[in-house]
Amino acid sequence: MTRRLTVRAPGVALRLDPRTIGVTALLVVAALAAGAWTVTAVGVRIPYADMVEILGGGGRRADRFILLDLRLPRVSLALLAGAAFGLSGAVFQSLSRNPLGSPDVIGFTTGAATGAVVAILVLGAGTAGAATGAVVGGILTAAVVYALAALGGGAIRRLVLVGIGVSAMLVAVNSYVLSRARLDEAQSAATWLVGTLNGRTWDSVRLLGIALLVLMPLLLMLSRPLGMLELGDDSAHSLGVRVRRTRPLLVFLAVAVCAVATAATGPVVFVALAAPQIARRLTGTAAPQLVPAAVTGALVMVLSDFAAQRLLAPAQVPVGVITGAVGGVYLAWVLSVQWRRGSQ
Amino acid sequence: MAALAAVAALSIAVGTKSIPLGTVLDALDGRASLPERAQDVQFIVELRIPRTLLGLVAGIALGLGGALLQALTRNPLAESGILGLDAGAAAAVVIAIQVFGIGSLTGYIWFAFAGAAGAFTVVYLLGSRGRSGASPERLALAGAAVDAALFAVVYAIALLDSSTFDRYRLWMVGNLATGDLSVLYGVLPFVTAGVLLALALGPSLNAIALGEDSARALGANLNRTRVLSAVAITLLCGAATAAVGPIAFVGLAVPHIARTIVGPDQRWLLPYSLVLAPILLLLADVAGRLLARPGELQAGIVTAFLGAPVFLAIILRRRIVPL
Repeated sequence: MTRRLTVRAPGVALRLDPRTIGVTALLVVAALAAGAWTVTAVGVRIPYADMVEILGGGGRRADRFILLDLRLPRVSLALLAGAAFGLSGAVFQSLSRNPLGSPDVIGFTTGAATGAVVAILVLGAGTAGAATGAVVGGILTAAVVYALAALGGGAIRRLVLVGIGVSAMLVAVNSYVLSRARLDEAQSAATWLVGTLNGRTWDSVRLLGIALLVLMPLLLMLSRPLGMLELGDDSAHSLGVRVRRTRPLLVFLAVAVCAVATAATGPVVFVALAAPQIARRLTGTAAPQLVPAAVTGALVMVLSDFAAQRLLAPAQVPVGVITGAVGGVYLAWVLSVQWRRGSQ
Repeated sequence: MAALAAVAALSIAVGTKSIPLGTVLDALDGRASLPERAQDVQFIVELRIPRTLLGLVAGIALGLGGALLQALTRNPLAESGILGLDAGAAAAVVIAIQVFGIGSLTGYIWFAFAGAAGAFTVVYLLGSRGRSGASPERLALAGAAVDAALFAVVYAIALLDSSTFDRYRLWMVGNLATGDLSVLYGVLPFVTAGVLLALALGPSLNAIALGEDSARALGANLNRTRVLSAVAITLLCGAATAAVGPIAFVGLAVPHIARTIVGPDQRWLLPYSLVLAPILLLLADVAGRLLARPGELQAGIVTAFLGAPVFLAIILRRRIVPL
């Protein structure tokens, strides 16, 4: 790969390679196609012709309700949340230089979940309160983990391990709160803890969409320094990256993205872990690929939700179960391949 | 040993309901001196004594299992929770209950063993592939990832059915308060076997600690030791998880405490872990009863909060020294 296009805008220069662009475009098409397929093929069938008609404002009332109020918000949320998890995972894996250093493994998602569960079960909050709780919980957890890791000399490797330790504590908190709540409340909270897209409305979509519109450009602007940080702190410093300022900022933004997605869907595992890895293989580049990772995340999430709706129909499996099971198998494969090569 | 006896007595005597010490002694004698105390006596015999015994056995299993894990993987971060063994056992137990409709411990304990062994195998293989072998971080990460995957599956199954979920959420927090002696009898033979096997392995584990080449030179049979250790670990951790649910960090903290007392010799480390772990667990259980009056904090919650700082302290040392 030698041909590169350079796109310059004030303050940003993006070097793009054609394969990455091609792969990303294909992924976008695949994600949208999977979304369209999910919308029409799950449950009551709605032919594509009718779908187009409904979107144009016509169609039967029952179909309109199913499509516009149930399925479209759900699939939009799957795309957005998947993108958010993929993006957040790509930043973390790059920062920790570790294919496992994703927010769902190192406890930030658990922290967001704790925030939401406490908000729901202890404070009796509704959807908005749960979302706020998730964001607060995620960011607090990240702050604590980051501060502790900094105590130990600030090596990013430690960040991952500290995350695991803190996560174990938070899991205990979640279990305890669940064990004390009323059974029905605990059950709905537990469903949320696995991660589900059932019964989501346009409100969640709007919230997440706005958050992504704000956070994603910020992260993309930082993608160059992120790539330099991968070379090691000293090299990055000599290339003009303000390591001490840039890294906490990157962590904060990535946690925020992950937390708003968690607030919308619950802590869906493994999308953040797997999407960047898949994207990296498809684009064949070593640099952190934020956009492809986000698009891959969206695709993974939509496909997982399709499976979740179809697998035990009419029973609806929470989407997190699918991502957990599939992700586990995938993870085993990636790790064994990577480590056999002896690369970190 | 004396400390252990004292803590056991404490666990019987102290609780959410204060009972005069005299009554406790009467109960242990098996005679109710006064009619108005009869209820207290019954309370002690039927709830607190089984609970204490269960804590003893589970503690022994967790402590020894943790010590063995650390010796085998030569990893100071090794612990049945961190390495996903508890999650494996939990997943298998939930599957046994929900899918196969097995309600009794004697039935599902075998599932717990299979689950723990399976999870351990996966994590160990994942963590030790590649040139640099099993680094502490890698094992912990592989464990965390496997843990996350299993957790999703466990919840999915538990959520299919209200009554399963209800039982599961009370078991999930690491609860000694099942107050059921049949559970104790169910796991006792397995824990005993695990303990005997573990103690017999001490000298061979010492050889492993020197590294592979030295161990071979000393004539230690590496593979046999590894397999037997894995069997003992599975027996101990699987039995503990099946009996009282996943209890975090006891198996992590205890071997470290023991190491500061007796040094690295496994022949001493293992017995000390065996005695220290139940002390810690019973203390945690008593603390949970006292802290949250009139409710209770389950032992597993307390140990998570006591043990996590230990885990973090080990990490935040300058370097993580392979054992």
